[in-house]
Amino acid sequence: MYTMSSKLKSFSLILIALGAIGLIYSFIAAPSSIEEVQDMLHSSHELHAGDHASVESTVALDEAAHEDNHAEHLFHQLQNKPWAALYVPVIFIFLISVGVFVFYALQNASQAGWSPVLFRVMEGISSYMVPGGILVYVLLVLSSLHLNHMFVWMDPEVVAHDEIIQNKTGYLNTPFFLLRAALYIGGWILFSKLMIKNSRKMDEGFDLRLHKRNFKLSAGFLVFFIVTESMMSWDWIMSIDTHWFSTLFGWFVLASILVTGVTTIALVTIYLKGKGYLEYVNDSHIHDLAKFMMGFSIFWAYLWFSQFVLIWYANIPEEVTYYASRFQDYPLLLFGTLILNWVLPMLILINTDFKRINWIVTFAGIIILIGHYINFYVMIMPGTVGDAWFIGIPEVSALLLVIGLFIYTVFNALSKAPLTVKNGAYLEESKHFHY
Amino acid sequence: MASKALHIVFTDDDILMEAVKALREKKIKINEVFCPFPVHGLDKALGIPHTRLAITSFLYGIVGLSVSIWLMNFIMIEDWPQNIGGKPSFSFIENMPSFVPIMFEMTVFFAAHLMVITFYMRSRLWPFKEAENPDVRSTDDKFVMEIIVNDDNIQDIAELVHENGASEIKLIENK
Repeated sequence: MYTMSSKLKSFSLILIALGAIGLIYSFIAAPSSIEEVQDMLHSSHELHAGDHASVESTVALDEAAHEDNHAEHLFHQLQNKPWAALYVPVIFIFLISVGVFVFYALQNASQAGWSPVLFRVMEGISSYMVPGGILVYVLLVLSSLHLNHMFVWMDPEVVAHDEIIQNKTGYLNTPFFLLRAALYIGGWILFSKLMIKNSRKMDEGFDLRLHKRNFKLSAGFLVFFIVTESMMSWDWIMSIDTHWFSTLFGWFVLASILVTGVTTIALVTIYLKGKGYLEYVNDSHIHDLAKFMMGFSIFWAYLWFSQFVLIWYANIPEEVTYYASRFQDYPLLLFGTLILNWVLPMLILINTDFKRINWIVTFAGIIILIGHYINFYVMIMPGTVGDAWFIGIPEVSALLLVIGLFIYTVFNALSKAPLTVKNGAYLEESKHFHY
Repeated sequence: MASKALHIVFTDDDILMEAVKALREKKIKINEVFCPFPVHGLDKALGIPHTRLAITSFLYGIVGLSVSIWLMNFIMIEDWPQNIGGKPSFSFIENMPSFVPIMFEMTVFFAAHLMVITFYMRSRLWPFKEAENPDVRSTDDKFVMEIIVNDDNIQDIAELVHENGASEIKLIENK
């Protein structure tokens, strides 16, 4: 049995505390009125005041009106900033735990022989789906209560003047949105609870009926998931850029979910193995996880490029705006994700021997996790804070808060059951797995 | 040089693997094993070094990528400049996204084909080549192991493989 070391426990609690303090500070520091933003703008404008001295009065009037507009826009963006900073890690890390559970279901549905010694690790990480799902849902409810303006289509004033959104209100309306979110999160958690319960029951003695039940549950979950995942990605991410749409967006998000999920399994496994647990896990298991990390990284790059090249080539204004805003305001992050999520993982993990060396897999894994956080950042931030972005106290503290919660939940859940399943149809094969 | 060889027939791949391990433990050199299908782990048990085919494949991929970059630059930009996607920039770097699918395909094409050709050359295989396996049954359901022997150790080896489940042992006099 694994017990969470007090060091790790206090580490995760410190992360939560630090994150919470930073986040409270950023909510307080966010401008609370348009006047504040105007003051901010004026103080920075006074630096160039000399240049405008000779400007005619009519122009000055126009400019003042424009400035007010600009200030209001900036005010909304800066008010959104701490919310969006929290929203990015909350859904990113929730979706990691969902990705781990999807991988677990894939192993069950494909009756894989190599992975059963890793099942408990996957079950432990998927346990974060409960607190993570609640956090996501709370944030979505708060958004729908107009505490922030992350989802412009929730604002009836905007919709009244926007024909494109009006045509979408049959799907994009707040009650239906919240109902769908509850369906996704509730459905995924329900499947995970049922399968983990069967897996724990199997520890008492091998039962073919339990094995078959988990096989059917995982097959059912995968069908349910692929539909809901696609809709989830439209709802939670794509609808932020309400006018824009991409038909492969669900796949693009799925690739991110899967690669970060597999990476997290590898990192947690290597950590536990380093502490002397998981006696049956050998370097062939790590090798297989690293293969998936590299494969899904390339899959992600394939979808990134597929989405980009069609929009770039067709050059249709309503589609191009999505990339135009990112090219203008986020060029470093946008192309940085390609290097972090595709070039580096591919080059580091292409060598067979490197996939079996723990510190290299860890190194590649950390690159992948950072890269995919930025990937989510670039998907969410342009539609919520626009060019007013920077990675500062709100972003870092929100990330620390959620990581702390994740570590605490996952390792706490890992200590609830033996780290290797006691019975399983393919357990022996997995124990003797070698490449 | 005249030499003698033993051709030892096995009926099962698991028995073959055990015999290979037992022989290797006694430091007896196994010349060759002929199998009707690839036996998982046999190359490791025989002590054959890991294949370098994967490295050649990576290098061929880089060659393919370079060729495709040169090719697209030549045919689409230099030789007959094309208007790509309504963006007549006539610059390789600005039109690069539309060349990526070709670059990808050429990388795969070069890596795959040149790797297969390398594999044939390395295994000395070509059309109408005569089979090298000594016993036709090794193309059906039998596993044949070949060991070069001399008069001193022939009896020991024969006894050892017999103990390890050989179904047939044949002495071959090479010229």
